[in-house]
Amino acid sequence: MSNKFIGKSIKRVEDKRFITGHGRYTDDIVLPGMTYAYILRSPYAHANIKSIDTSEAAAMKGVVTIMTGEEVGHYGVPCGWQVNFKNGDIMKEPPHPLLVKDKVRHVGDAVALVVAESREIAQDAAEAIIVDYEVLPAVTDASKAVEAGAPQVHDSVPNNICFDWEIGNPKAEVDEAMASAAHITSLDFVNQRLSPNAMEPRSYIGHYDNVYDRYTLYTSTQNPHLIRLLMCAFVLGLPEHKVRVVGPDVGGGFGSKIYHYTEEALVTLAAKKTGRPVKWTETRSEAFLTDAHGRDHVTFAEMGFDTEGKIVGLRIKTFANLGAYLSTFSTAVPTYLHGTLLQGLYTTPKIHLDMTCVFTNTTAVDAYRGAGRPEATFLLERLIDLAALEMGIDPTELRLKNFIAPFDGVTQPGYQTNVALQYDSGNYHGVLARGLEMLGYEDFRKEQAEAAKTNKLLGVGFSTYIEACGIAPSAVVGSLGARAGLFEVGQVRVQPTGSVSVFTGAHSHGQGHETTFAQIVADRLGIPMENVEIHHGDTESVAFGMGTYGSRSLAVGGSAIVKSLDKIIEKGAKIAAHKLECSPDDIEFADGKFTVKGTDKSLTFGDIALTAYVPHVYPANLEPGLDFSSFYDPTNFTYPFGCHIAVVEVDKETGATKVKRFIAVDDVGNVINPMIVDGQIHGGLAQGIGQALLEGIEFDSTGQIINASYMDYAMPRADDFPMFELDRQVTPCPHNPLGVKGAGEAGCIGSTPAVVNAVVDALWSGGHKVKDVRMPMTPERVWTAMQS
Amino acid sequence: MPKISVTVNGTSYSHEVEGRLLLVHYLRDVLGLTGTHVGCDTSSCGACTIHLDGKSVKSCSLLAAQADGSSITTIEGLAPEGELHPLQVGFKEEHGLQCGFCTPGMIMCAADLLEHNSTPSEQEIREALEGNICRCTGYHNIVRAIQSASGQLETAAP
Ligand code: FES
Ligand code: FES
Repeated sequence: MSNKFIGKSIKRVEDKRFITGHGRYTDDIVLPGMTYAYILRSPYAHANIKSIDTSEAAAMKGVVTIMTGEEVGHYGVPCGWQVNFKNGDIMKEPPHPLLVKDKVRHVGDAVALVVAESREIAQDAAEAIIVDYEVLPAVTDASKAVEAGAPQVHDSVPNNICFDWEIGNPKAEVDEAMASAAHITSLDFVNQRLSPNAMEPRSYIGHYDNVYDRYTLYTSTQNPHLIRLLMCAFVLGLPEHKVRVVGPDVGGGFGSKIYHYTEEALVTLAAKKTGRPVKWTETRSEAFLTDAHGRDHVTFAEMGFDTEGKIVGLRIKTFANLGAYLSTFSTAVPTYLHGTLLQGLYTTPKIHLDMTCVFTNTTAVDAYRGAGRPEATFLLERLIDLAALEMGIDPTELRLKNFIAPFDGVTQPGYQTNVALQYDSGNYHGVLARGLEMLGYEDFRKEQAEAAKTNKLLGVGFSTYIEACGIAPSAVVGSLGARAGLFEVGQVRVQPTGSVSVFTGAHSHGQGHETTFAQIVADRLGIPMENVEIHHGDTESVAFGMGTYGSRSLAVGGSAIVKSLDKIIEKGAKIAAHKLECSPDDIEFADGKFTVKGTDKSLTFGDIALTAYVPHVYPANLEPGLDFSSFYDPTNFTYPFGCHIAVVEVDKETGATKVKRFIAVDDVGNVINPMIVDGQIHGGLAQGIGQALLEGIEFDSTGQIINASYMDYAMPRADDFPMFELDRQVTPCPHNPLGVKGAGEAGCIGSTPAVVNAVVDALWSGGHKVKDVRMPMTPERVWTAMQS
Repeated sequence: MPKISVTVNGTSYSHEVEGRLLLVHYLRDVLGLTGTHVGCDTSSCGACTIHLDGKSVKSCSLLAAQADGSSITTIEGLAPEGELHPLQVGFKEEHGLQCGFCTPGMIMCAADLLEHNSTPSEQEIREALEGNICRCTGYHNIVRAIQSASGQLETAAP
C-alpha cells in the first residue's frame, strides 16, 4: 500500500482519445459488408394492426431483408424484477415482443425492421411499407388509467394495474398517528416524466460468424454481461459461450442504457438471417419515443407533526406510470428503490406508502439517474419545507428537530428504518451546518426581506437527502424479487514483467473508471499508474459482471478488485518468503516491496511477478502465476447523504426563475478521485435542476409526445446555471473495504426539491402563499401561481 | 450525383456524393472522421460542430454538396498530429468531459469563441455554448476548461 494516488485529483487517462476525436462509440464502428437497419414505428399511441404490406418495400433496390411481428413477434424481452400484489398474486407481465403484430401500444412501438445497403435506402423502404391501423382511444396518465372505462393497454391486465404494493408500518397505525397530529401538511403533486437524453443515441451492431457459429453484439450499454445473459437466456435462447457482447465507448447512460432493448435482439437475429453485420442507430426523435423514460408519479402525500414540530406520521398514495411495457427494472424503481427511502433523514415513527403501478399508452418508464430515490426525496423535502412555511418554523430548525442522531455504523449500530433498510453510517447535522455556513443564512434572510420590496423576489430552498446505492446484496434483492444477483467481478492479472491488467465487470460511460480504478490498484500494489490498465465492456475479456448503475461501480466493482489485490499480495508474500527464506508471516508489503520485517531484505513487486511466471525457485505446493478473480457481493446498500441549497430569484413580472446560487455538501464516504466525484455531482445537479425548471415529457390527448425533440424539450444549457458551490463531508462506509458510498446519483437526487422549495419560498416572501408550483416551473406556471 | 472537392484537416478530397448526404455523414462515413458526432436531428445539440472556412458550424445543418470548395477543420485536425490545442489541454486539466460525446463539438465551438474573444467572461462563455448540449458535466468544468485555455484560471494548465 502506498498513498500516492488515492484521494488525489489525478487527471483522467481516458481523456486523450476523447479530446482528439478518437473515442470509439458503437456508431463509429464499421464492419466489412455492413448493412443498415431502420425500424418502422407506430405513429399512434394505441391501435389495432389490421394488415401490414411489405411487398413494395421488399422489391426496392438495396433492400436486404424485412422482418415483421409475423416472423419474430414470438420473441420478447423480459422484466428483471418480480413484484407481487399486496394479496400475494404475481405482477401482471404482458409480453413485450421485438416487433408487434396485433396491436401497437405507444407512439414508437416497433412494427417492422428493414435492413438495406444504406441507412437512407432502409428508411425509404420503411416508408413504403403499408400498415392498416384501426386507431383506439389512448390513456397516458397513470391515475386515469385505473378508472373504470379507461382504454385497456393489455387485454390480460384488468384496469391496467400491473400490481399494487405497500411498505412501512401497518396502515391503521399510520392513520392513528396522523389522527393525533397537531398539524398536517399535505401535497398533491406530479413528479413529471423525463427523458434521460444521454447524448449518444442508442446504437447496436449485430454480427454473425457462420464459420464458428458465433454472434457478436456491439451495443451502447451500461452492462454488457447483463445484456448477454438476458438476450441469450430469456429472449433468443442462444448459448452464452457463442455470444460476445461489447460495450465500447458509450456516450452517457443515466439509466437509459441499462435495459435490454428489443433492438439489440433484432439486430442479432437480422445478422444471423442475412449473414451480414447489421447496424442500427436511433435518431434523437426515436430516442425520445423509445429510450426508457424516468419518474412519472402522481402522488398525494401527508406529513403529520405534533405541537413541538416532531414528525408523527407520513402517509402516501402514489400512482406510478410504467408505460406500455415492462422494461428491465421498471417494477423495482417505484417500489424497492423508492418506498424504502421514505424514512429520509428523519425519525418519523410511522410511515405508509400505498403504491399502484400502472400500464399506459406511453413509452416504458424505468430507472433514470436516481431511480425512485429522487421521487422519495422530492416528496419528503417538499413536505418538510412546506410544513415549515405553514407552521412558521424555520425550515432548517424543523429538520434539526427531526434528524436521526449521528452514528458511525462501527461503534454505534446502523439505523433501522420503518421501511426495511438499515442505514450504514451518517452525520446529517454536519452537512446541514456546513451548507448553512456556506450560504451565510442570516445575511441571506435579510437580503430576502429587502428583495421582497422589489420586483425580484429571492427564495432559498433546502433539501437534506439520503439515498441507497452500491446496489446490492444479492440475497436481499433476491428475496425482494430481483431475478439476478447484484455482485460484481474484478480480475487482476499481474503480467510477468510486473505490469497489471485489470478486468472489471463495471462499465464506464463517463465515470472515469480507467482512472479511479487504476489509482486504487497502483496504490495497493505500490506501482506507477502507467503500469495499470483497466479493461471493461467486453464479455470476451472480462469474466463476468453486472455493470454500472445505482452508483455501484466503486462500492461493488472497486471492492471486487480490492479482494483480488489482497489475494495477489497474500500469494506474493508466500513467494517472497520462499525466496528470502523466512515465514510468510514475517513478510510485510509496503510501497511495492515485500520486506522481511525488521530487516532491509526485500524483493520488489516486479521481482515477485517474474518469479511467479518463471518459477524456478518457488514454494512447493504453490501454483505458478499471479492472476486472481473475485466476486464481491456487498453485505448492505451504501447510504450517501447531503444537503443541497438553492437560492433563486423570481421575476414578479414575468415569473422567470434564475438559479443564483447552488450549494451542495455531499457525504459519499471516502473519495478516491475528488475531481471525478465533483464532476459527478455537477452533472447530477444539472439534471436535478433541469427537472425542476426545464424538462418534462408532455403528451397530448391522443398519446403523442408533443415535445419529442431538442427544439421542444428544454434541455438544460450552459447559461441555465451558476458555478456550483460544492463541499464534502466524509463518513466512511463501514462495510466495504474502500469505505466508499457512491456518487453518481447524489446530485440528481438532492437538487430538484431544493429548487422548487426555493421558488415557493420566494413566492411566500412576496405574500403568495402557494403550496406548489408544478414542474417544470416555467415562467408561465410561476407567474400563474403568483396570480392566485 | 454532385461532385464535391473539399480540404479537410489539410488534405484535399474529391467525391461524388448523394444530393441528400449531410456534411456530418460525409465526414463520418466517407472520410471516416468519426470524432464529429451526431446527437440530434434538429440541429440543436452541437455534437457535430466543425469549422468551415474558419467559422464554427453545425455539420448536420449543411449538405455535403454545400461544402464544395471549402476548407474544413474537424476535431481530429484541430492541433497538429501529436500535439494538443490549448482547449484540448484545458478540457483534460479541468475535467471538462465525462463520456466525451459532446466534447469534440464543445471544443470546436469554444475554439471559435476564443478566436474572436481571447478572454471571454464566464457569462460570455455560457452564452457561446448555448447551441451545445452536454448531459454529463453540468457545464461547470466546461466553463472552467475554456477559462483555463484562455489563461483565466489561477490553476491554468501548464
Ligand atoms: S447533430 Fe448537429 S446539432 Fe445535433
Ligand atoms: S461529456 Fe457526456 S455529454 Fe458532455
